[in-house]
Amino acid sequence: MVEFPDINPAIAELWLALAAMALLLVGVLRGDSATRSVLWLGVLTLAVAAWLVWSNTDVSAVTFSGMYVADHFGAFAKVLILVGSALTMILSMDFLEKERVGRPEFPVLVIFASLGMMVMVAANDLLSLYVGLELQSLSLYVLATFQRDSEKSTESGLKYFVLGALASGILLYGATLVYGFTGTTSFTGIAGALASSEEQSVGILFGLAFVTAGLAFKVAAVPFHMWTPDVYEGAPTPVTAFFSLAPKVAALALFMRVMLGPFGGISDDWVGIIGLLSATSMVLGAFAAIGQRNIKRLMAYSSIGHVGYALMGLAASSPGGVRGTLVYLAIYVAMNLGAWGVILSMRRLDGGMVENVEDLAGMARSRPLLAAAMAIFLFSLAGVPPLAGFFGKFYVFFAAIDAELYLLAVIGVLATVVGSYYYLRIVQVMYFDEPAPSFVAPAGTTGAVVAVAAVFTLFFFLFPAPFVAEANLAALALFP
Amino acid sequence: MDWPILSTLTFLPLVGAAFILVVRGDAAVVARNARNIALWTSVIAFVLSVPLWIYFEPADAGFQFEERVDWLAEGITYHMGIDGMSLPFILLTTFLTPICILASWESIQTRVKEYMIAFLVMETMMIGVFAALDFVLFYLFFEGGLIPMFLIIGIWGSDNRVYATFKFFLYTLLGSVLMLLGLLWLYFQFGTTDIPELMRAGIDPFWQRLLWLGFFAAFAVKIPMWPVHTWLPDAHVQAPTAGSVVLAAVLLKIGGYGFLRISIPILPDATVTFTPLVYALSIVAIVYTSLVALMQEDMKKLIAYSSIAHMGFVTIGLFTFTPAGVEGAIMVMLSHGLVSAALFLCVGVVYDRIHTRLIARYGGVVNRMPLYAAAFMVFTLANVGLPGTSGFLGEFLVLVGAFQANTWVAFLACTSVILSAAYALWLYRRVIFGVITREDLKAILDLNKREVAILAPLVALIILFGVYPMPILELFHAPVENLIAQHELALEGLRGATNFAAVQ
Repeated sequence: MVEFPDINPAIAELWLALAAMALLLVGVLRGDSATRSVLWLGVLTLAVAAWLVWSNTDVSAVTFSGMYVADHFGAFAKVLILVGSALTMILSMDFLEKERVGRPEFPVLVIFASLGMMVMVAANDLLSLYVGLELQSLSLYVLATFQRDSEKSTESGLKYFVLGALASGILLYGATLVYGFTGTTSFTGIAGALASSEEQSVGILFGLAFVTAGLAFKVAAVPFHMWTPDVYEGAPTPVTAFFSLAPKVAALALFMRVMLGPFGGISDDWVGIIGLLSATSMVLGAFAAIGQRNIKRLMAYSSIGHVGYALMGLAASSPGGVRGTLVYLAIYVAMNLGAWGVILSMRRLDGGMVENVEDLAGMARSRPLLAAAMAIFLFSLAGVPPLAGFFGKFYVFFAAIDAELYLLAVIGVLATVVGSYYYLRIVQVMYFDEPAPSFVAPAGTTGAVVAVAAVFTLFFFLFPAPFVAEANLAALALFP
Repeated sequence: MDWPILSTLTFLPLVGAAFILVVRGDAAVVARNARNIALWTSVIAFVLSVPLWIYFEPADAGFQFEERVDWLAEGITYHMGIDGMSLPFILLTTFLTPICILASWESIQTRVKEYMIAFLVMETMMIGVFAALDFVLFYLFFEGGLIPMFLIIGIWGSDNRVYATFKFFLYTLLGSVLMLLGLLWLYFQFGTTDIPELMRAGIDPFWQRLLWLGFFAAFAVKIPMWPVHTWLPDAHVQAPTAGSVVLAAVLLKIGGYGFLRISIPILPDATVTFTPLVYALSIVAIVYTSLVALMQEDMKKLIAYSSIAHMGFVTIGLFTFTPAGVEGAIMVMLSHGLVSAALFLCVGVVYDRIHTRLIARYGGVVNRMPLYAAAFMVFTLANVGLPGTSGFLGEFLVLVGAFQANTWVAFLACTSVILSAAYALWLYRRVIFGVITREDLKAILDLNKREVAILAPLVALIILFGVYPMPILELFHAPVENLIAQHELALEGLRGATNFAAVQ
């Protein structure tokens, strides 16, 4: 008789799966009118899951025949994912209602995507990695097309699906090569096989390159970023906000786990690639965003740039680097969440959403508090102290200097300066230009999320130590 | 002292800003309350900074009023403290902020609330820079000041403000990010970013040079040195009067202070290596920007170029490594803080009335505004460096130091004495003397009470420090001696037992 696996380490995931199915049933039985309650129940579900993860951070266990690992690193990333998902769900409420696209599938898909992400960051085997990744991706493809009547939304979903499927294919191909040359799909097994052989075969390197390319696509690092601006622009705004938050955290956490886990022993072979991905992402993100007029496209390029900074921590391939990336991601989630909250509030008095940078003109006078919050997020995204974004950059540069990646660090700081231009341009439009027609007052739910994010971003410098210590513990879990 | 007076002083303006933030009511009430709260906050800050001076022990070359709290990580603490080199700058800041707020009393009519908040945040950042003894903290305040200044120029500036404020922000940011990398490197080598501790760390000469260039990028842009000075005339011209005052009087000094606090003591070998470079750039700045100043048609631009020339004096003085030179440089900075502030305020006075800064639009102002002409005279002469004004002593000491260090540098720097007289007096003649030809000038009114209250303390201080500079000079005499002694020891490779530890 097969022994029943220990389900304790995966209790949060199981809860999420069961709850999502139950919510789906509620949605099916009660129809579209139940959207709001299902959304709130969804937020509650995610919050409970986050609590389950958080209260089990001490658990460090491998289960499901070694396919699944629960450790501090995973817990940190999972909490971040769940908080990000829950808050974007709150952000989306107002939009779904006003645009009349509210359907209970929305929260259910978000929960399934979050479940996929949790499996990704907890994967200890190429197979579970792929299962998690696909669960996440398929949910996201559907979410991108959620505004069914909009051509742009459908187009963006289709684009995302085709390119995403290609990337999954590349990743799978890489995985088969790795399996072929090491004889195992388990991360522990691969690490062991790589450690036991003196010289690495070319096949492994090919497999590594394909896996890296697939993962780089998922995090949207240059040169695998092409899909991002189009998908970000086309998808319904709350979905875009969701794309830029939780899936980024999950994909980067997975990236770190794969690179430092099974391939940690041959880091010399991949540090250069990651460094290149990081440098090109930072530079392209900074320059390409300058010309954007649509704020969603601008945020897409901005997110590409930010992935570059996050990858810098991975390129350092040290506990300090992982810590830097984790801190960076957490801060990134907070300030981006706020910025998307403001973008979701760009609704004219006649009810239409607008999404050009010019539409923000003079917002400092018509909506001073919202404009002040946006300015905080933008200065923070630009990395100006004493806002949170500065500390995010601080810790990754910290790691890069420690790993003697001086060139990468210099490219990074110069890209910061270029990048600050387009963030400042938005501040300019909001504060210096003559007012455009005013926006309606932001919904209470959106306003609350923006306020929380603004307070976090503004006052992070007062209490960084416990937060960084937590990230440090998480990072050490990857370096046994 | 138990009470954390430095932190109180630094963050007090933020408290004022928070009060302004919650002011509610109709526009006129909000504006009036915002002005009053800002003025009172800055006056209280000034009053608080006076005991700092009284209880300060000038004979002690070490740091006083120290505070230290755990902050970011091991070795990166919230460390505040002042010595004789930072105290005068803190006093300058707290002294000028109420004056700036008074100067904006009537000229700022739109979005008064935001303006006052930005100004108070600015004050916090400026005091913080001079009080920080941890490099990361220093950096935080150094860069944090960019945000309020960006908004002050961008929102309340003149026609071309957007260009000017972006230029200001991006130049300064570009300079300072390189400093950030340098400071991270220091942390990894020595496990601390504590400035007094870093002074004790002997750094490999090769790395010193790289770091020095990184820090130089930050400070040279800030002070500013030729050829990275071009942001300054734009920013000065476009900024509102009080913005120009703060820029010229305090923000530029942060660059000089950075050399004094960081580059010279932490990187002694590289400092010596690059001294010829600094001399060369400073002399170009003095001669070239003085000539450029002669040809300006805009009053503010002329004063801006004159500031760059004066800062050239500062950098020469700092890099002579003689007591006279360094003390002179600090004195020039302080005097220039008062004089340039006063000159910009004077421009603001007539700008508020006629709404132009073009020199050609004026002439014969003395006929209508005798008080104004008298005040402007004092400031012009102080800018030239006439004996009896605060401007003289600093320039004189710098030249003495420069002669000891390098005769040719001193010779070329001396040309500034002539050139500054040329542009400053010519400006004065064109604006003040002559016959009134313009209709609007015939009706111009002399200084009102508020303006007298702004300019009178500046006149008094400029003359007082010209005649009796001891109270200021004695503040930084001991730390400068110590700085130079340590510098020489470091060059001889004798860091260690007889080190900074001895004076702390």
